[in-house]
Amino acid sequence: MRFIDEYRASDLSAYLAEQIARISVTPVRIMEVCGSHTVSIFRNGIRALLPDTITLLSGPGCPVCVTAQGEIDAMIGLSEIDDVIIVTFGDMLRVPGTSCSLMQVRSEGRDVRVVYSCEDALSIADANPDRRVVFLGIGFETTAPLIASTILSAKQAGLKNFSVFSAHKRVPEVLAALMAYKDLAIDGLILPGHVSMVIGKRAYWPLYAEYPRPYVIAGFEPVDILNAILLIVGQIEAKAPRLKNAYPRAVSIAGNKRAQEMMASVFQPSDANWRGLGRLAGSGLKIRRHLEAFDAEKIFQMHVSEQCELEGCDCGKVLLGLKTPPECPLYKKVCTPSYPVGPCMVSSEGTCGAYYRYAEK
Amino acid sequence: MVEHMKGQTMNDSVIHLDHGSGGRLSYQLITRHIVPVFDNPILKQLDDGAVFDIDRIRLAFSTDSFTVDPIFFPGGDIGELAVNGTVNDLAMCGAVPKYLSCGMIIEAGFSMADLNRILDSMRLAAKKADVQIVTGDTKVVPKRAADKVFINTSGVGLVPPGVEIGGHLARVGDKVILSGPIADHGITILINREKMDFESAVKSDTAPLNHMVYAMIQQGGGVHVLRDPTRGGLATALNEIALQSQVGIGIYEANIPVNTETSSICELLGFDPLYMANEGKLIACVAPDHADSVLEVIQKHAFGIDASIIGEVVADHPGRVFMKTRIGGTRIVDMLTGEPFPRIC
Repeated sequence: MRFIDEYRASDLSAYLAEQIARISVTPVRIMEVCGSHTVSIFRNGIRALLPDTITLLSGPGCPVCVTAQGEIDAMIGLSEIDDVIIVTFGDMLRVPGTSCSLMQVRSEGRDVRVVYSCEDALSIADANPDRRVVFLGIGFETTAPLIASTILSAKQAGLKNFSVFSAHKRVPEVLAALMAYKDLAIDGLILPGHVSMVIGKRAYWPLYAEYPRPYVIAGFEPVDILNAILLIVGQIEAKAPRLKNAYPRAVSIAGNKRAQEMMASVFQPSDANWRGLGRLAGSGLKIRRHLEAFDAEKIFQMHVSEQCELEGCDCGKVLLGLKTPPECPLYKKVCTPSYPVGPCMVSSEGTCGAYYRYAEK
Repeated sequence: MVEHMKGQTMNDSVIHLDHGSGGRLSYQLITRHIVPVFDNPILKQLDDGAVFDIDRIRLAFSTDSFTVDPIFFPGGDIGELAVNGTVNDLAMCGAVPKYLSCGMIIEAGFSMADLNRILDSMRLAAKKADVQIVTGDTKVVPKRAADKVFINTSGVGLVPPGVEIGGHLARVGDKVILSGPIADHGITILINREKMDFESAVKSDTAPLNHMVYAMIQQGGGVHVLRDPTRGGLATALNEIALQSQVGIGIYEANIPVNTETSSICELLGFDPLYMANEGKLIACVAPDHADSVLEVIQKHAFGIDASIIGEVVADHPGRVFMKTRIGGTRIVDMLTGEPFPRIC
């Protein structure tokens, strides 16, 4: 594949890995914020290429994994209304609520449909005029503009049976919350490529101003990730933390203005509950009042409980590198890949999921 | 917290779709709930089919049910799949498939024309595989008690003298051969089931592998394990072999063929081709001194042109599969944990 193979080149990867090993002296912990980075690191076996001085931690950047238990319960509640069709991206199905997941209610016959693009939800609404279609708005600043555009299309088309339950989350806000943690053991962040494409490098300026550490925006191919690690390690060794865009082929300083405007016209910042991290100020997006005809929370007068995750879940500390998975009281006893509790287990490549499968051989 | 824990384990009291995904939960359902009940040494082998002697004649016997949705898809249909599936399960025991049964559960209201189309494609598939469908059964159930049509096929085959093939027989040093590009069937079903709106020429790889297997065995031995990586994909099938044989399996990402278009769709939707289903591919563990000649035989066959040696059986990490990635990293390849879903992140 053109423009991809170059970033998967084995000789360049080997060179970057050598450079990292050559300059890395101080033991460091680097968090890859984004779930797609976690997947790429895992699939490409990048950890095996790194020296022992470098520990990679998987961050909170998988939007379905951080969706709070109370939000899932509310979605399941919606699916139990007779005329409702729930439309969602597929990976939401497995995330557990208090007593079950959307997957389970679907096996029990509730109408939960998987789509690959939010526009498909409009076609479903159009094809089922006597049913009410609720799209589950899950994701970061990458998916939020698309869903915003879908809401605007629904308005334009005069669709009366379409709404969105917005559980969107914002990346810079959660990062600020993480970096504010007083026992923090993270030396640098690999910042998400797709989210940064929308919000731009400048969205991280406040974060860098308040907590100056090595932050590198990176793409998702192995060469991108190894390069980001090399830059972070270099900054740490030189004691010169920088906010750096190492994905300039996709990310600009200002980001995608049109997507930002679209997002701002439909959503407003709100506090949000994160599985594993609790309630974080300004870290979510709710539908603006003038579009409340498309807001499932208003239409169905939804009560969303504040419950983030099962009591005892230590995912927050695992995410921050303060605890290892076996130190969590739920690990392996209650929380397993088949019945996950926290985001670190919900995501198959999350810290606990990976630890469960691979670490204890 | 303890009360919550009870809530969690309650999940085990019903069957979930994941129990049928062909991955870890399916494996647990079979090994924890089914095998202990019917407990016998033949079943315990956990191979694609059972092999046993009757009056000194070695037979292979296998059964498989087909519930695929959609029932017609690019490259095949449920009928062709039902014949090839059981033919292949028998072939994976080293057997020459001979006779099949066909049981059909049909939903009331199902189109007669569609039924005829399915029967005709079963007839053609049987002809291609050189087997006969010699017995059968039909049941019609009320609307919504089944989804259109479900088909079960069982089959018997003869195991040639001297053939000893099973999932527990992989030996350290064996080469692992894969007969061609993976993930085509899984991706075809997925994009057609979900009616995804993109132009794609990807089609199911459904094919009978018995003639190829026969040629592999005839070339002079050394074939220890055969498995068709259906649901759960290549990753799950290799894990099953590693567990059954208590060996490690090392594979090379660069050697695993995936068609470009299939690979692009996987990329787009966030699927790992290692976990997508195949219906016309096989994995063979072959003694190193026979590997090249077996590979040559496979490559001469229409369904094995793109076959390659993808790895080897090793003594380290028994029960585990690991992969050297394209960039030179190493990753562990686990069984499928649940139905693959596209990622949004």
